[in-house]
Amino acid sequence: MRANRTLEIGTGLFVLLGFAALLFLTTQLPASGVKFGAPRAGYHVSAEFDNIGDLKVGAPVTMAGVHVGEVEGIRFDSKDYKAVASLRVDSQYNHIPEDSYASIQTQGLLGGKYIGISPGGLDSYLKDGSRIEQTQSAIVLESLINKFFANYSSKGGGDGQGQGADNQSKAESRK
Amino acid sequence: MNHGGNGFILEGVRRLGAVTIFLARLLLESVPALGRPRLLVHQIYNAGARSLIIIMLSGLFVGMVLGLQAFNLLQRFGSEEALGTAAALGLLKELSPVITALLFAGRAGTALTSEIGLMRATDQLTAMEIMAVDPLRHVAAPRFLGGVVAMPLLAVIFSVIGLYGAQLIGVQLMGVDKGVFWSQMQGSVGLRDVTEGVVKSLVFGVACSLIAVHEGYHAEPTAAGVGLATTRTVVASSVITLLLDYVLTAAFLQRET
Repeated sequence: MRANRTLEIGTGLFVLLGFAALLFLTTQLPASGVKFGAPRAGYHVSAEFDNIGDLKVGAPVTMAGVHVGEVEGIRFDSKDYKAVASLRVDSQYNHIPEDSYASIQTQGLLGGKYIGISPGGLDSYLKDGSRIEQTQSAIVLESLINKFFANYSSKGGGDGQGQGADNQSKAESRK
Repeated sequence: MNHGGNGFILEGVRRLGAVTIFLARLLLESVPALGRPRLLVHQIYNAGARSLIIIMLSGLFVGMVLGLQAFNLLQRFGSEEALGTAAALGLLKELSPVITALLFAGRAGTALTSEIGLMRATDQLTAMEIMAVDPLRHVAAPRFLGGVVAMPLLAVIFSVIGLYGAQLIGVQLMGVDKGVFWSQMQGSVGLRDVTEGVVKSLVFGVACSLIAVHEGYHAEPTAAGVGLATTRTVVASSVITLLLDYVLTAAFLQRET
């Protein structure tokens, strides 16, 4: 009877562990919004961006390259068509000027996005619930390339157009 | 000379047929075996709970090695942030089903084969038959089912521990940002990747348990015969696992595109 009991407890523990692992994998790996564990201490600020690129929840917030917090949530503001990122900043970094400047930057060449905060000059500091007013959106590589080519072709544009016109006149004359 | 080759092929076909018939009989007997949960629990304990330590230890080290290797490789391209993605996909889809199956074959498969083989050698199975107790239902089927249930659970545990190991190396030792590690992983790992791993390990579980039970059940009733059957279990399970892994991977990739 005694041996039977330990056997059943062992099996129960094993199955429980297995399903706990399965639950972890299915809820934590694909971003599902389910969070385990206590929320970390810190204060929350928000920042509005025109375009956040592929910034994800959990991305770091840095100042001068040092990790000071993380992105806790991203939502779309349907009133002024902007993305609102809510950031959690560790409570020990409580001397960030209110007029600081938040920009979305890229790690490495292909890396993920993160938010870099450059300090402003005011004496009043960011606190729980305040908003960062000055922001810079993510740089989208495609739009940069588009701009570059638009510039390029408008510079050499006369040439292309001239040729087009030329061809057209040739075709006309052939008629 | 040609005759020897033919005999070898014929023996292979016969063996395949025998295993298939055995599988069909096992599946038939599995339904009544489910009606005896106590036997099943005992086998899940034997195959699963007692393999837990070796699985967890291996998972930790495989994850740590994966963390080191992937970090080293990704660093060359300046994209260490992809470490979480690389570790999660590698573990979920390949490493944890395959390594769990190989360890399972070595740890639980051998135990199954030698146990049933020894029952055969000491005429316990024959005695059961004489008492009108079907040994297939009472000995083979619960062991087979126990293995099938235990394998996916073991593989999932392996994945989680492996991820922890990769995170330990990547975040704690190499200094990848923890938030980036997880958010990049969550951005690129889908539920289908988890499913793929579970389906794989379920198939491996059927294959490895079937081979182990079959080899034991049909072992030659001598000491040498049981030894030979145990060896064959490990060899056949490992080869079949790797072969099935290729087939399944190809099938899953096909479905994705």
